[in-house]
Amino acid sequence: MRAMVYRGPYKVRVEEKDIPPVEHPNDAIVRVGMAAICGSDLHIYHGMMPDTRVGMTFGHEFIGVVEDVGSSVQHLKPGDRVMVPFNIFCGTCFFCARGLYSNCHNVNPNATAVGGIYGYSHTCGGYDGGQAEFVRVPFADVGPTIIPDWMDDEDAVLLTDACATGYFGAQLGDIVEGDVVVVFGAGPVGLFAAKSAWLMGAGRVIVIDHLEYRLEKARSFAHAETYNFTEYDDIVVHMKKITDHLGADVAIDAVGAEADGNLLQHVTSAKLKLQGGSPIALNWAIDSVRKGGTISVMGAYGPMFSAVKFGDAMNKGLTLHMNQCPVKRQWPRLFEHVRNGYLKPSDIVTHRIPLEHIAEGYHIFSAKLDNCIKPLILTNGH
Amino acid sequence: MAYTADKPPLAASSEELRNRIPGWGVDLDRKDRPAFPKLQFDLSATGAHWDFPERQEEKRPRERSVEHKFLTPVFGTSCPPRGLSGVIRRYAYKRYSEARAAHWLLLLGADRVDAMESHLRSFATLRPDNPITQTGVLSEFTRHGISSRVGRKRTDLVHQPLDPVIVAGPWLLAGALAYGGVKKLTRLMRS
Repeated sequence: MRAMVYRGPYKVRVEEKDIPPVEHPNDAIVRVGMAAICGSDLHIYHGMMPDTRVGMTFGHEFIGVVEDVGSSVQHLKPGDRVMVPFNIFCGTCFFCARGLYSNCHNVNPNATAVGGIYGYSHTCGGYDGGQAEFVRVPFADVGPTIIPDWMDDEDAVLLTDACATGYFGAQLGDIVEGDVVVVFGAGPVGLFAAKSAWLMGAGRVIVIDHLEYRLEKARSFAHAETYNFTEYDDIVVHMKKITDHLGADVAIDAVGAEADGNLLQHVTSAKLKLQGGSPIALNWAIDSVRKGGTISVMGAYGPMFSAVKFGDAMNKGLTLHMNQCPVKRQWPRLFEHVRNGYLKPSDIVTHRIPLEHIAEGYHIFSAKLDNCIKPLILTNGH
Repeated sequence: MAYTADKPPLAASSEELRNRIPGWGVDLDRKDRPAFPKLQFDLSATGAHWDFPERQEEKRPRERSVEHKFLTPVFGTSCPPRGLSGVIRRYAYKRYSEARAAHWLLLLGADRVDAMESHLRSFATLRPDNPITQTGVLSEFTRHGISSRVGRKRTDLVHQPLDPVIVAGPWLLAGALAYGGVKKLTRLMRS
């Protein structure tokens, strides 16, 4: 089969690999129809996440058709059209039993601090991902869901991570009616978080970024008020000015490890790998939110330490909520919202790239060329 | 507005927002959101039909965190450790917990060694690594590389010049060291 393969920082190519075999009785093998490149894929593409091995196939957002199933699979059969959440989870461990599917204890031998994720380094379990023609899907009776007939493929693939994560991020903000919500980052997760904040009754939604084309999308797609932080000497002071010097009620970090806005923080983390991530957006969130407010962290960070301003967070009495999104827990409600027209995930797709050209896809997304917001990867004749 | 007990007024009322934004307030009830409460005990919700999953066959020794009691019943088999990088990785897993910076720094170091080993190995194949095609840099010419940057207020432009250094730097360094070594050897042989 053809598969994307990591060749070292900033380098990927398509190679011929063996079709993955069934390795466990509850495995399924899925023929991938469509995958996406996630903003967090850029962290491993840039060599930031420890134990990212040459030869791995990335991709944790994908949909496809079941090709083969293991002997204990009961809920799926070959030919089923499925969407697969980015979390790999067993369904019965202490954490899965309580709905924390992203924190499953039975799927990642490499680390206890994170669950299993497709194509996301060995720190997340060492599973190959879906930017390939075929992918092994463990716990086929637990993770994947048959895509409803009425659902569009592009909507389905975005529900496997970006849309679900943005929606989850807004929920972790504990938004109440009339809250002022500021979202740092106008990438896919930030856009979905901003859009979702309205569903939860926000009274004002503000989005901050430095890419004007993404802020334009935040205005048109998420009805948000936007600010380009490069136009202000200090974006935190500006946030205070526009919130009557109280600060926002809720702040959402939808940027994560490669945040821009402070050269020292960015270079020491994204380039020199001396921090788990560049916490610029998180620090701005801490300083922009009002005392007693809530921070929701959706940005992905590496397992190393980061220079986060915990003193301010403590002194302000903030509540910090965070987790990898347990995707499948969001799906029943998100399916309703998509069907009712409240969310149209595919509206943020900007690029559709054949698997053979995936190296260009990574570069376009990484270097923010061509007004790229969300690139999809097409395989198997899609 | 002075610092009083009142919350500053919003520009738009809830009614105006409901009329303007599709779906405004449909998830207004905090207790009726999928993520609430954080812990929801419901074993019947997952589709699993086991108490503890069957164990996947361990075909080769699988490295694992020392914070785990045992090898998890299911695990990825993407890229088993190999070469010098594999030795470093196995040591990092065996010796240090996830709580120790040494664990992660060793793994990051192993990643860099792995990249060098793999590049060198590729030169012994019919498809050696090609930094032009693998970085996708040619898309700079087809996807508006210049207009995506010029005249735009992008802060990342300050550090983007470091990216080629990260890609080419190790090769330039290795080349310089090799050149120096050959030069020194030649001088020694002449003397």
